Amino acid sequence: MEPVDRTAPAGETPEGAPEAVSTLTLRVNGTARTLTVDNRTTLLDALRDHLDLTGSKKGCDHGQCGACTVLLDGRRVNSCLLLAVVCAGASVTTVEGLSDGDRLHPVQEAFVARDALQCGYCTPGQICSAVALLHEAADGQPSYVTPPERSPDGPVSLTPEEIRERMSGNICRCGAYPNIVDAIEEAAR
Amino acid sequence: MTSQLVRPTTGAVRRDARQKVTGEARYAVDRTPPGCLHACPVPATVARGRVTAVHAEAVLQRPGVRAVLTHENAPRLGEADDPTLLLLQDDRVPHRGWYVAVVVADTPEIAREAAEVLDVDYAVEDHDVLLRADHPDLYTPEEANGGHPAVRERGDFAPAFAASPVRVDATYSMSALHNHPMEPHASTARWEDGGLTVYDSSQGASTVRDVLAGLFELPPERVTVVSAFVGGGFGSKGTPRPPCVLASMASRHTGRPVRLVLPRRELAAVVGHRAPTVQRVRIGASEEGVISALSHEVVTQTSTVKEFVEQAAVPARAMYTSPHSFTGHRVVALDVPSPSWMRAPGEASGMYALESAMDELAGAVGVDPVELRLRNEPDAEPDSGKPFSSRGLADCLREGARRFGWEGRDPRPGVRRDGDLLWGTGVASATYPVLLSPCKASAHAGPDGLYTVRVDATDIGTGARTVLAQIAAEALGVPLDSVRVELGSSVLPDAPVAGGSSGTGSWGWAAHKACTALREELAGRSGPLPSEGVTVEADTEEETGQESPYARHAFGAHFAEVRVDTVTGEVRVSRLLGVYAAGRILNPRTARSQFIGGMTMGLGMALTEHSTMDPAFGDYTERDLASYHVPACADVPAIEAHWVEEHDPHLNPMGSKGIGEIGIVGTAAAIANAVHHATGVRLRDLPLTPDRLLPHLR
Ligand code: FES
Ligand code: FES
Repeated sequence: MEPVDRTAPAGETPEGAPEAVSTLTLRVNGTARTLTVDNRTTLLDALRDHLDLTGSKKGCDHGQCGACTVLLDGRRVNSCLLLAVVCAGASVTTVEGLSDGDRLHPVQEAFVARDALQCGYCTPGQICSAVALLHEAADGQPSYVTPPERSPDGPVSLTPEEIRERMSGNICRCGAYPNIVDAIEEAAR
Repeated sequence: MTSQLVRPTTGAVRRDARQKVTGEARYAVDRTPPGCLHACPVPATVARGRVTAVHAEAVLQRPGVRAVLTHENAPRLGEADDPTLLLLQDDRVPHRGWYVAVVVADTPEIAREAAEVLDVDYAVEDHDVLLRADHPDLYTPEEANGGHPAVRERGDFAPAFAASPVRVDATYSMSALHNHPMEPHASTARWEDGGLTVYDSSQGASTVRDVLAGLFELPPERVTVVSAFVGGGFGSKGTPRPPCVLASMASRHTGRPVRLVLPRRELAAVVGHRAPTVQRVRIGASEEGVISALSHEVVTQTSTVKEFVEQAAVPARAMYTSPHSFTGHRVVALDVPSPSWMRAPGEASGMYALESAMDELAGAVGVDPVELRLRNEPDAEPDSGKPFSSRGLADCLREGARRFGWEGRDPRPGVRRDGDLLWGTGVASATYPVLLSPCKASAHAGPDGLYTVRVDATDIGTGARTVLAQIAAEALGVPLDSVRVELGSSVLPDAPVAGGSSGTGSWGWAAHKACTALREELAGRSGPLPSEGVTVEADTEEETGQESPYARHAFGAHFAEVRVDTVTGEVRVSRLLGVYAAGRILNPRTARSQFIGGMTMGLGMALTEHSTMDPAFGDYTERDLASYHVPACADVPAIEAHWVEEHDPHLNPMGSKGIGEIGIVGTAAAIANAVHHATGVRLRDLPLTPDRLLPHLR
């Protein structure tokens, strides 16, 4: 085995797979991808094992850590909790789809600048979550800590407390939280 | 009581940050080769006994299932120092969760379902899984973890304690704790032409290579282990773990590459954890709080598979003046998972007890807790009598007190109320030893003006790639961006694990030595370099093998402010500040991240994290991240980490001490002391969860 990155070709039916497979099309990072998966395959495993998009990580496979967060039709989801077959036809954005060529997304840039990561395993999920969070706040969606007296139509201002609350679905065992909050504050400016 | 937030953005930017924010960084589980099979291990469902039958036939008939490995057909393994790796070698079940079979299949889905339905029969035996301070089978081991003698005595503790005008005698306990790095342990293995290549989630590829070579009876050069990106470990990947052994076995058995990823829920039983401890601390002091007698007695557990003794009494040998001292460990082997390293083993657990007892002493003598610690500064390391190479504890305490706004603190507990909330502050000291291991490295100068340092270091999130480049650039006297670092593969010069806060010191010393020699070599040359460049190799076996005449430790001071809800019993940390004296800080940016990361884990240890042994089933009940509560973003305030300048010539050429673990060490005690200051309630059992606290608040 060469110490290089390789993967099984996308879209191939797994050898010896049972009958219960489906063929579906996902729009992933702007490109239509057709794949055949075991019906039990999660969206996370479809991205990782079938499309070689290994940026999305599996920390728990139970919806408890956020490492697998991707944007599904623009909203953040735990991709380990969704079966790929129910996402047929949907648009998925993964961490690999955030940058514009060599130009990082402002959230990615802020994570680098603020050292908002250590091992990096939670990082793709944190970043996808943060990208969605900026949209949710701009849309005026309240969180548990949003002051009730604010105007219901305007955007929610992203105080550190708002960011902490809204990022609490993404666990970082390395404890990069203070830097993650800084980075998101910076990206929100 | 505010101090300015300092967010240093100085220091070289983490070299692999871009790969990590774009998803390009490939971890062990992201390297699936073509034709790869998938393995799923099968954990024992009894706490003790023997496997009497594995009904593999039914499972083998399922489409896509390639093999079922059990103790009857798995490859025989050679020698291993660590018996937790001798998997599928016999029918014995030493604890629940021990692996009794592995299913190998074409896809992860097929493997997982087959593993779940695999029928295993057991002959069940009675089990004993509960640690008690009066367990009849407790014994005094030879050594505790780290090679420390289990027992040390100086002077005569008992009479000195009895004669002391002020005495503290308190027993503290902690449940087991689990490392739970975000990346579950995983391996992808392939046998090819009689050799083995493994992508492993590990803190040290050289070590995994050597251990696999021993187990599979191969010359080490036929084994390659790659740990290029590792999703955290905190000690749990410091030794080889079941995935690399099982994946290699499965690959040898099937002749195909095999990937094996541990499900999160199985980690609690098979990759180590911090053992529970019961710790009795007795301090005898003068009316002024000067210690004359100090005893720290630790009771803990290990498994029947191997002896691991959390060295929680060891920090008491270095911390404070104590002319009469007893420090000792006793352990009992139970039918439980094997404990191992979790961030600052010994220091994190031991300093919780010692620093809580110091707080109790401060209360007993009516001396400010910062001042009390200053009064007990020793002239030399109490246990060894050696002078300290440097000891910055007093500076950390003073600097922390100044930054935190400690001065003028009202010592009375339970008097600061703000509606339903009670608030208070606490302090604790921290310490961590300077450890160094022999390491090899090479340095290469190319004709293109670029330099390459090669060393099998592991960057588990510490920033090793970055800081090694800095060390090399400094030693070579060249710009940082002309230096490349290659690490994370056993084909590189052998290196010790990323553990014991010794990585930067050990790898850095070898890199520094190779680069210094290369610089001399280049200085003696004229004309252009040959096309293959110039390479110099270095080995620090000799330097690191010499015993230092100095006691060498990093120190720190932690300050915490908490708010306790008297209605719900919930504790919230509102401020957390650490000041460290850890030699020269090589990269402020990544160092700060390590410190705050350690403090965050300490916050979890104080308030949310615990693993409960289920006496009936014999396993830890918290086996996922919904029940094992690691701190989430909303639990963590804007933590501050600072350091004092320290120039210590007795360490290594960089002048650095380790920083990966000290952040956790005093944090739990500082928070527990703050909870006492807030509420007047002294709970001596971690974590301080609402159910434990609330009954005392009404
Ligand atoms: S892997 Fe999906 S939430 Fe943890
Ligand atoms: S950076 Fe390691 S878990 Fe977040």
